[in-house]
Amino acid sequence: MSVARHTRTRKDPAHPKPVMKTAADKKNARTEHRRELLEAMLRIRRFEERCVELYSATKIRGFVHLYIGEEAVAVGVNGALTPEDAVVSTYREHGHALARGIAAEAVMAEMHGRTTGCSGGRGGSMHLFDASRRFYGGSAIVAGGLPLAAGLALADRMRGLPHVTCCFFGDGAFAEGEFHETANLAALWGLPLLLVCENNLYAMGTALAREHAQTDLAMRAASYGMPAWAVDGMDVEAVEQAARRAVEGIRAGTGPHFLEARTYRFRAHSMYDPDRYRAKVEIEQWKERDPISLLTDRMHENGELGDKELARIEQRITAEIDHAVEAAEQAPEEPVENLLHHVTSASAEAVS
Amino acid sequence: MGADGTAEAKTTYREAMREALREALRADDRVFLMGEDVGRYGGCFGVSLGLLEEFGPERVRDTPLSESAFVGAGIGAALAGMRPIVEIMTVNFSLLALDQILNNAATLLHMSGGQLPVPLVIRMTTGAGRQLAAQHSHSLEGWYAHIPGIRVLAPATLEDARHMLAPALADPDPVLIFEHGSLYNVSGELLPPTDPVGLDHAAIRRPGTDISLITYGGSLPKALAAVEELAAEGISAEVIDLRTLRPLDDAAIAASVARTHRAVVIDEAWRTGSLAAEVSARIAEESFYDLDAPVERVCSAEVPMPYARRLEEAALPQTADIVAAAHRAVG
Ligand SMILES: Cc1ncc(C[n+]2csc(CCOP(=O)(O)OP(=O)(O)O)c2C)c(N)n1
Ligand SMILES: [Mg+2]
Repeated sequence: MSVARHTRTRKDPAHPKPVMKTAADKKNARTEHRRELLEAMLRIRRFEERCVELYSATKIRGFVHLYIGEEAVAVGVNGALTPEDAVVSTYREHGHALARGIAAEAVMAEMHGRTTGCSGGRGGSMHLFDASRRFYGGSAIVAGGLPLAAGLALADRMRGLPHVTCCFFGDGAFAEGEFHETANLAALWGLPLLLVCENNLYAMGTALAREHAQTDLAMRAASYGMPAWAVDGMDVEAVEQAARRAVEGIRAGTGPHFLEARTYRFRAHSMYDPDRYRAKVEIEQWKERDPISLLTDRMHENGELGDKELARIEQRITAEIDHAVEAAEQAPEEPVENLLHHVTSASAEAVS
Repeated sequence: MGADGTAEAKTTYREAMREALREALRADDRVFLMGEDVGRYGGCFGVSLGLLEEFGPERVRDTPLSESAFVGAGIGAALAGMRPIVEIMTVNFSLLALDQILNNAATLLHMSGGQLPVPLVIRMTTGAGRQLAAQHSHSLEGWYAHIPGIRVLAPATLEDARHMLAPALADPDPVLIFEHGSLYNVSGELLPPTDPVGLDHAAIRRPGTDISLITYGGSLPKALAAVEELAAEGISAEVIDLRTLRPLDDAAIAASVARTHRAVVIDEAWRTGSLAAEVSARIAEESFYDLDAPVERVCSAEVPMPYARRLEEAALPQTADIVAAAHRAVG
């Protein structure tokens, strides 16, 4: 990366923290944390804006589902997780992957179908994986990741590990049997599972009320016997707080928790979607609650973010994404002789 | 399912499978068994009877009726370091978990670029023959054998029931084990394996020179009965038990046809698009010039399985059908 990271005085060993936190220290820590949240959301936004350009230029193909407008959910929830926790995601997952710390370079290379991609080019936009980060993808079968997440949580508990598994899914997935089977199983067995329903009010072109007889999803989840609540999914700090509360409960052994993040996607369902099923004015109204502006406004008001600071963050992200695109374009494509690799564990060696 | 009603010295297929499970649970803390009624009930076919008492409810885990959730949970647990054995009551109900088996278990390794092998074993009962009618009589193992990324086993003998589970658990990838419902009460003397029981090879259950009867699972006893009838007529039939339906042991099939020059493929599934069709096609591809007669197939009639005994018997491959097919081939 060409731009240096700015030094974090908070962690500077030359200035050891005083034992007692003063009010000023607390304010500094909060400012620092908000900057991190902001940077994480901006990275996702700018990454996906670049994806749109690359898609139009036919550099990347396949189904591409953008997360623009929903960034506060991934970033806020991630703030409540440790690196050892597991994450199961959907096809709308660039945000989850980036928030989890998978490098933009690895995600971009994946979307270019290159060997350096986080799934070696076998997955594409909908199937991002990083086993080392316990990021288990990347499922394009609506609700198909939920049972898997229950199993990850079960294994961690059977092995005596204190980890939480977090599963993201949509309001559409809530209508699938796999959601209801998993909710029952997880509650019955008291599994350490955080269910994060990203309620963006649409399943493709079907509005929430046209698909659910009862649209209060948190209430319905609670009927499985697990704590469940809704949160403003446009407010990253609210999401983080809610997720922390849930994760604390899960780690304390009170079983699965359900979080309904009320959010909205600003873009069409996928790059193929002409977006004919909702009113422009509705989209514009939601954009007034853009999670990024919401946070920057709050920080401006508190004098926590100067224009220079914001410009520095933007610059850093631009450089990161420029580099990711450049690296992806130069990365090798997999030779066709490798076609049958990774079908079974043996086939990687058998075919070369 | 009633009691076994077998003599003390003998072992049933059910007991052989139970012993395999017991051995696996003892050998490795990561192994656990889960499924509907595997614990308190003892398994819907009695296979896991007594294991709950020995290993406790964490490792012999009753699940709610939710095939997709508990099969998927098996996949997730396998990803996170466990070695689950998931029991689905029967293949008929596995359709409710097909998404997890195909789109997750068989696919994760590939989609993740090799990062996520799924060391999972799924066991289920398959097959007809007990007047259970159209929704409890499927033989869909051939569908599963269609899928790259999973291994499909069909233990047909006591030895395979007893010894195929351990290598299945050692396989880093998902393995499906199909147990034909008519085999559970089969009893006999369980012999220790002469060679290590592998998963890559078909077995010659009866050597012969005139015709190859190629089969697996619940049809094996019928093929062996046909051998006796054919022998009485002076026809020497060889019986190939495929054992592993994916990947198929092409070499064993070709070698047998090279010896006998005639083949009958016996498969309890419907004929159209069946595993028998696949085996026949491979013989046509690999062994065409070895053949002295067209390949014959003996499969189930193309009808949802009827309840009435006489009709069910007519729908299923029977020993007489195998003998008739052999006659046609021998000419
Ligand atoms: C089982 C299944 N059915 C249908 C589809 C096609 N499909 C892809 S995304 C989608 C909508 C899902 O909506 P939701 O769960 O709310 O997630 P969102 O896309 O809004 O993030 C549909 C119907 C699919 N991929 N999988
Ligand atoms: Mg939605």
